[in-house]
Amino acid sequence: MTVIEVNGLTKRYGDRTVVDGVSFTVAEGEVFGILGENGAGKTTTVECISGLRTPDAGSISVFGLDSSADREELRRIIGVQLQESQLQDRLRVGEAMQLYASFYRDPADWRELLAAVGLTEQVRMPYAKLSGGQKQRLSIALALIGNPRLAILDELTTGLDPRARRETWRLIRQIRDRGVTVLLVTHFMDEAERLCDRLAVLDGGKIVALDTPAALIANVGDVDGYRANLEDAFLALTGTDRDN
Amino acid sequence: MSALTRLTGAEARLFLREPVSAFFALAFPAVLVIVLGNAIPAFSEPSPDFGGQRPINLYLPIVLALAIGTVTMTSLLSVLAQYRERGVLKRLATTPVKPSALIGAQLGVNVAALVAGSALMMLTAAVAFGSRGPENWPALLVAYLLGAGAMTGVALFIAAVTPNARASAGIGTLVYFPMLFFAGVWTPGDMMPDGAQRVADFTPLGAASQAMQAAWSGDWPQPLHLAVAAGYTLITGALAIRLFRWQ
Repeated sequence: MTVIEVNGLTKRYGDRTVVDGVSFTVAEGEVFGILGENGAGKTTTVECISGLRTPDAGSISVFGLDSSADREELRRIIGVQLQESQLQDRLRVGEAMQLYASFYRDPADWRELLAAVGLTEQVRMPYAKLSGGQKQRLSIALALIGNPRLAILDELTTGLDPRARRETWRLIRQIRDRGVTVLLVTHFMDEAERLCDRLAVLDGGKIVALDTPAALIANVGDVDGYRANLEDAFLALTGTDRDN
Repeated sequence: MSALTRLTGAEARLFLREPVSAFFALAFPAVLVIVLGNAIPAFSEPSPDFGGQRPINLYLPIVLALAIGTVTMTSLLSVLAQYRERGVLKRLATTPVKPSALIGAQLGVNVAALVAGSALMMLTAAVAFGSRGPENWPALLVAYLLGAGAMTGVALFIAAVTPNARASAGIGTLVYFPMLFFAGVWTPGDMMPDGAQRVADFTPLGAASQAMQAAWSGDWPQPLHLAVAAGYTLITGALAIRLFRWQ
């Protein structure tokens, strides 16, 4: 079953086209990655899919809903973790979970979810006192509190130390194992390679490749006598190695 | 329980956890009355220095205006600007609850704090200095509500048109102190120079303050002052709704 269907998505800010005719589909249960450099149009793409921005052209269907026209219905069934979106400083972890749980018809058990992200001990801690990794994990827990069928996670490990990143990756796999479809935005190659079933590589607002990480790497072959990795594939695709 | 009720409950708890703004909203008006009452000799007696009026009757409606200005220009404005800048509103936009519900919750909490602080101030004035309260209660309530509405509109408007929390706070301060001046905080009653008085007539807090002063002494406010306060409420409120950016 197709969960997301994006067709010719175009978004302009003023006369700058940041997303230019992007099309892809995401199947149920998939972890689908959008990989690209800063400014490639990743965040704008997922903000359009989440119904936070209205596309200038093209269509987006999520579970058969139009993400502009059916925004309200869509918000009940998707969970979104945004880049650089914070909470009130003095709001406690447990309060945030209970508050956000109350927004949904059939929320997840917030204590279980806190345990899953390893924040049980921080339940009474105010948001401002959490470390970067703890804030990020709380943000993921809030994205999952409504028992979503689709989780959209934007740059979820930026600013985390290696250990926290790996814990977060494990969490994403757990989410997928529950049957939740995951749309992941990242600019980290190792993250994309480890987590994603398929990847769309975005460059200058356009999709320049869409395949499994293994196939993207295989297409490059060897580089300077070494087996290529995803970073080589990415650089070859996005043309940033054109000076070599 | 609706999302708005839950959000209002959560925001009320957060409000009380900020000791400085909670103090200024809830206790400051009462503290100010105690300070004035002890600094001004014969606070409750008719005084030639105040044109034969009781100083307390001149000051209490002005303290009400100051309470309105403080809650709207400091507490409400800074929270709204911060919630946008830090992405709190945007995060809410990804849930089934609209971010406008959070603004509604903030308005509710600030209005409740303002009313509680004003009530505490009037109670303190009654107990400590024998104030009998306003002579014209209905007029005072109308003037107070219009003043609070006008300054809330101005706060929403500033939050709507400023690019970030720092600019909001800066402009809020630039508006706050002149508003206090035009409300008569430093020049109660007839002490305000005539020219300043003419300007004050057309400022939201100046008009509300004069309307409350009239109500306090038993008169009906001048229609001009009520119209000015109502005009600010409608115009700044409508502009804020049109111009507000959620992220």
